Amino acid sequence: MNAKGTVFKYGDNVDTDVIIPARYLNSSDPEELAGHCMEDIDGDFVKKVKKGDIIVAAKNFGCGSSREHAPIAIKAAGVSCVIAETFARIFYRNAINIGLPIVECPEASRGISAGDQVEVNFDTGVITDLTKGTTFQGQAFPEFMQKIIASEGLINYINRQ
Amino acid sequence: MGMTMTQKILAAAAGLEKVEAGQLIEAKLDLVLGNDITSPVAIKEMDRFTVKGVFDKDKIALVPDHFAPNKDIKSAEHCKCVREFARKNQITHYYEVGEMGIEHALLPEKGLTVAGDVIIGADSHTCTYGALGAFSTGVGSTDMAAGMATGKAWFKVPGAIRFHLTGSLPQWVSGKDVILHIIGMIGVDGALYKSMEFTGDGIASLSMDDRFTIANMAIEAGGKNGIFPVDSIAEQYMKEHSGKQYRIYEADPDAVYDEEYTIDLSSLRPTVAFPHLPENAHTMDEINAMEPIAIDQTVIGSCTNGRLSDLRVAAEVLKGRHVAKGMRCIVIPATQAIYMQAMEEGLLKIFLEAGAVVSTPTCGPCLGGYMGILAEGERCVSTTNRNFVGRMGHVTSEIYLASPAVAAASAVKGILCGPDSLSD
Repeated sequence: MNAKGTVFKYGDNVDTDVIIPARYLNSSDPEELAGHCMEDIDGDFVKKVKKGDIIVAAKNFGCGSSREHAPIAIKAAGVSCVIAETFARIFYRNAINIGLPIVECPEASRGISAGDQVEVNFDTGVITDLTKGTTFQGQAFPEFMQKIIASEGLINYINRQ
Repeated sequence: MGMTMTQKILAAAAGLEKVEAGQLIEAKLDLVLGNDITSPVAIKEMDRFTVKGVFDKDKIALVPDHFAPNKDIKSAEHCKCVREFARKNQITHYYEVGEMGIEHALLPEKGLTVAGDVIIGADSHTCTYGALGAFSTGVGSTDMAAGMATGKAWFKVPGAIRFHLTGSLPQWVSGKDVILHIIGMIGVDGALYKSMEFTGDGIASLSMDDRFTIANMAIEAGGKNGIFPVDSIAEQYMKEHSGKQYRIYEADPDAVYDEEYTIDLSSLRPTVAFPHLPENAHTMDEINAMEPIAIDQTVIGSCTNGRLSDLRVAAEVLKGRHVAKGMRCIVIPATQAIYMQAMEEGLLKIFLEAGAVVSTPTCGPCLGGYMGILAEGERCVSTTNRNFVGRMGHVTSEIYLASPAVAAASAVKGILCGPDSLSD
């Protein structure tokens, strides 16, 4: 499985309040949430994002609230993968549980620029910056998490147990 | 190599003799928690399980507190969804408006969280119950759904950072100042994926409320949980509030910590986290040397600082004084019992005479829901836990995180300040 798209680049500590502000949490509809994704950090994001695009951020992406609405909004906005130096732990769990692909890779986080075309191979963890012609090795998931991802989320995984 | 307190609880819940950092385990849950924002997503997910129903109707707590009492029609629909699910599944611990409180103040008060428990909650501040010696951690809605259905959750066993506390806190310095100091020291990802384990004889000088505040904000340092050893103060609290059997776990003497810090509580000062991260900590001495920072609103409440001792401190500062002209001072007792006790002690009268307003329990303004949203460029001193961009309203508004003493003093003077700066 691969992801390929244009990169939106953000810095350290992108919190779930800017990913999806709480004023929109009176809805749990993915499409509605996607319409406000990243609104408080990047007002242009929802206007520009296309299906398959990739978010690249630095440290502690998704810190703050446990709201699953955050990875849901990102996924529903069409984002195919989030690459970061590190993820906050609840966001990390939530992304795996709902089937939003994420990759931890400090080198890619530093080496990739906004607007680059990037391809991610989820089987090998290899991240290729097609614009710059560079490659990075992302961290592989433990086998247990790979099974959840292969089941497209925690609930399907539990149902198959 | 010994185990930390967290690792011992997790090993027992997983039915294992020993666990070590990084190991993936499946643990039995003693409690699964959700609120009006996270539960509707979990309830929708529950329909996708092939096995129907909940694992144990007595081990699930549903607390509509974020946008409750309902702030608008959509919130009302969410609360209704939770209410109907609770009714259909005969959930014992569903708390309707009138008996409800802010979840992390309510559940210990109701005796649902005790030492040795393994607790997940679809709310990031679920880590609060570590104050009682439980392992408790925030998760998302899908984990909550899986927990409600199966009574189990997967965890990566965390490594730990030890915070060894000595001495005792000076006047006007509280648990809030301790945790803001720590987050300022290690950063908002300083404890990422790890447990924050508090030890030392300084703990004996901390009230239960101080410990709840400290454990509550472990997540603001990225921590998986924050945990205190169980002493006579914690045991007394549990005996007063709970009939549940508690289990005391202690870290092994040779437990391994990734990092260790010693903090002399008597050296701490009132501490404030400036916008827009909880790690931007400044002491009151530094603030007093700055140009005055004008404040438009103060909020005293939340799962971090809405407990009785917080209200007592705020009342002590506000008694016989009045909030500054143009200041909105919003006081939110965290539970009905706290509200009642504050009324009986005359605290509510002090707040009202000082020109503050007192709200029914709700998370409300903490996450920019309602009951105190900030306009463009406004500044708030708040006893809540997050000061991210736009957290309490407009993206250009600013939140200064502080203790109830500092928030109350700032309400009086209309600038960010501590109680020492108020004249008699």
